[in-house]
Amino acid sequence: MTRRSTMMSVYGWLLFAPAAIFLIAFTYYPTLATLAKSFYSQGTALRPAEFVGLENFEYMLDDDVFWQVAWNNLIYAIGTIPVSIALAILMALWVNGKLPLKSLARMAYFTPTILPMIAVANIWLFFYTPDIGLIDQISRLFGFPSHNWLGDPSTVLGCIIVITIWKEAGFFMIFYLAALQSVSPELEEAAKLEGASRWYFFRRVLFHILMPTTLFVLINAVINSFKLVDQLFILTKGGPDNASSLLLYYIYEVAFSFLDQAYASTLTVVLLVVLALIAVGQFVFLDKRVHYQ
Amino acid sequence: MIRSGRSKSVFARLEHAAAWLLAILWLSPLIYAFWSAFHPAEYAIRFELFAPLTLENFRIAWDQAPFARYFVNTFMLVTSILVAQFVLCTLAAYAFARFDFYGKSVAFVFVLMQLMIMPEVLIVENYSTMAKLNLVDTITGVGLPYMASAFGIFLLRQTFKTIPKELEDAARVEGCSLIQILLKVYVPLARPTYVAYGLVSVSYHWNNFLWPLVITNSVDTRPLTVGLAIFGAPESGVEWSIITAGTLLAVAPLLVAFLLFQRQFVQSFMHAGIK
Amino acid sequence: MLKILKHSAKRLALAAALSLGLTSAATAVELTMYYPVAVGGALTKIVDGLVADFEKENPDINVNAIYAGNYNDARIKALAALKSGEPAQLSVMFSIDIYELIEQGAIVAFDDVVKTADEKAWLDSFYPALMENGRTQGKTWGIPFQRSTIVMYYNKDAFRAAGLDPENPPATWDELVAAGKKLTKKNGDNVDQWGAMIPSTGYPYWMFGALAMQNGQTLMNGDGNETYFDAPATVEALEFWKSLGSDHGIMPAGTIEWGTLRQNFLEGKTAIMWHSTGNLTTVKKNASFDFGVAMLPAQKRRGTPTGGGNFYIFKDSTDEEKAAALKLIKFLTQPGRTGEWSMKTGYLGTRADAYATPALKAYVKEFPPAAVARDQLEFATAELSTYQTGRVRKLLDDAIQSALTGSKSPAEALGAAQKQADRLLKRYR
Repeated sequence: MTRRSTMMSVYGWLLFAPAAIFLIAFTYYPTLATLAKSFYSQGTALRPAEFVGLENFEYMLDDDVFWQVAWNNLIYAIGTIPVSIALAILMALWVNGKLPLKSLARMAYFTPTILPMIAVANIWLFFYTPDIGLIDQISRLFGFPSHNWLGDPSTVLGCIIVITIWKEAGFFMIFYLAALQSVSPELEEAAKLEGASRWYFFRRVLFHILMPTTLFVLINAVINSFKLVDQLFILTKGGPDNASSLLLYYIYEVAFSFLDQAYASTLTVVLLVVLALIAVGQFVFLDKRVHYQ
Repeated sequence: MIRSGRSKSVFARLEHAAAWLLAILWLSPLIYAFWSAFHPAEYAIRFELFAPLTLENFRIAWDQAPFARYFVNTFMLVTSILVAQFVLCTLAAYAFARFDFYGKSVAFVFVLMQLMIMPEVLIVENYSTMAKLNLVDTITGVGLPYMASAFGIFLLRQTFKTIPKELEDAARVEGCSLIQILLKVYVPLARPTYVAYGLVSVSYHWNNFLWPLVITNSVDTRPLTVGLAIFGAPESGVEWSIITAGTLLAVAPLLVAFLLFQRQFVQSFMHAGIK
Repeated sequence: MLKILKHSAKRLALAAALSLGLTSAATAVELTMYYPVAVGGALTKIVDGLVADFEKENPDINVNAIYAGNYNDARIKALAALKSGEPAQLSVMFSIDIYELIEQGAIVAFDDVVKTADEKAWLDSFYPALMENGRTQGKTWGIPFQRSTIVMYYNKDAFRAAGLDPENPPATWDELVAAGKKLTKKNGDNVDQWGAMIPSTGYPYWMFGALAMQNGQTLMNGDGNETYFDAPATVEALEFWKSLGSDHGIMPAGTIEWGTLRQNFLEGKTAIMWHSTGNLTTVKKNASFDFGVAMLPAQKRRGTPTGGGNFYIFKDSTDEEKAAALKLIKFLTQPGRTGEWSMKTGYLGTRADAYATPALKAYVKEFPPAAVARDQLEFATAELSTYQTGRVRKLLDDAIQSALTGSKSPAEALGAAQKQADRLLKRYR
């Protein structure tokens, strides 16, 4: 190595160092510490913590609530990711096309993104309240009976999913809009001249153009399906009977309500492993499609 | 297969109607918030067209929770995070974009991992760290985990890479040091990226809830989101007219900013995404 | 020249005043206190007012009263503050947090803080039913502040419309079912007015404690290490609760939301609601109809758990701070003040001599519902409280919700909850 490149190396590290310190302190160290803590029992002032090996993990596998929560998260992901992406594409197509007053529509679609979830949760609580709530008031006009949306284990998760889709779709729409606007209008004109229907055009042309965006949006949607739990604090607190609880919410509950940091660390390890697998998968998959220069 | 003119326009009209129905659906929570906040409590669930308007709910909401203090806290929080992010991410992005250092690609992978392992996932351990650093219940404590943003580093790196090397060479010829090159060449040319990233960061942290909930205990540090959650906590019995008034107070700045700078907002998010 | 002199004189005076102020502040004791709010009304204003009065009478004590959210939040915040090195000296927290707080080494027993014989006698001057949750291991750890029982609110106008006597609310489980059936008004598939609503989110274990007690069964022992979730009488109580919705049709199926229940009652969606007496003043202010308040109905006996928050003093404070905290607590629980608190909120006056004060006497005379909770104290029992209390409560909450939504039978749900609770509490026996 030449002296110049050694200097470059040193400078490089010096420039990276401040950010690196933060990353280590608040991402890497906590990840390792969480792993370590999951092997100890929860200590209190009167009974201190001790090494228990895999006992916390055994407890977790035995914990019905954990399995319920894991299942819920899976349903939550399956419910929110495809629908919000599909809606986002649809919205982007509409707003990019011939819709009258489309900038107003674009504003309407994007508004949920700038509102904090916790702020709108109370409004959704009103929407979902039986009898006097908005949804029931409207459905009564059509003769449908009232329904305990949030109090019925079979509908509560669906209700939460609806709220998340509402929050996310507009955000994803923006990325698709960016991609669509980079498509030259001549392309669509040419396709139309050749007699291609809009659906054909979409399937054969746009879909592939939007693929990189879709991958980017997909990552965001997956992360959100683990991260977006704010509404639970106001709407259901995970109930009834954990029917709407999600992993991150359960972690919060165990750590800060039950004061069991050891078990919370165990749960966090599971979450980290899942995220790591997704990250690796995405890296491998994306690498084939998109090249980072 | 060419559709006949008439059925095409019917189809188009149906489509427009659907798009508009969706738009109204999407706005309905906000519309309800306005309805409920500006009408007396009896009309929170009754939608009578000529019900009287009132500002009383706002007065009560403002009285019941220290919104002014929450605003200040939130403002300080997002500002401090943004400034720190600009500094840290610029330096790191510069390193990745223009320097060849030992272990660079491994370091970059580690940075990218933070995209997945966000601070929200590590609330338990980060809380312990903050307790050890004596930063529980401080605004600094809320902001620290977010200051080195992988997203920011990534965005800026991509932007810096597109800046032609000739400009850097020209500056070096003039005798600029590395830092001066950074400040005089790269940063100014990356301005759109900074604006885009700034808007994304501010709106993200203005709306962030879980970590601030965990780390703040008192009025002096609580941001708007946590204040709103406590204010509207169901155990207190839900009074929608007051809660929606409080909610509107809390989201007003973002809403107004959004309405005024709609195009820039949208462009920023788009810009952030393309890269 | 004169101007400059005047100017410097002013600045000197200001500096002197500031330093005087600073020195007097330096000798003042600083108290930080967290407190929760779990029922409606602008309670934070009232607390601020009481604290200001205290500071006026005690210029050498500064109190910083911080509203922390609900009971869960208050506990989390207070414990977090302890760990972070900026502790509070006292707090109002759930009466049932007692075991957790002892286990965390957070609180000190009042017996160790009171010094004079007067103060020792003061510990015994509160209603005994309210002291149950605050005493263990032979010591007093919590002093009642905002305490409540569940009461039955009922819509007298609705009673009249249904042909029931508004002065004779249901006094037994059977009477409740019968009245409920008359009060439930159907409209095709929809129900315009339900007979009764017992909330099953928020604090379902609390409501359930009442039903269990009415069936003659307590939910836990006095040492905090044993629960009786699967006792036959407990299972019966849950079966009764469930039957109100599924068999008798007087209550909606599924869970009933705590936060919107008061709204439902005020809107006439339900003719009867079981709720904390702490909601009384808000209901009184907002009801557009004639309403009454009654004790909860009996099965084998009347019963209700007590609820609400106690004062706790934290261990991690100086003796001076502990003494100041004791002073504040005594101030806030004086008969006149607890009476004032009761009138403004609907919470109980925590001591018998509160009800003997002229203000509260007159209030009760003019508004009899204010005395229902106090009269019910005779039949009251401690609220569910054990070691690992958060987890054990959640087990019971989940069991109740799963039974009410029909996912499990009451026996199944409670059996599973008991098994888990045993596992958790074994090591404390």
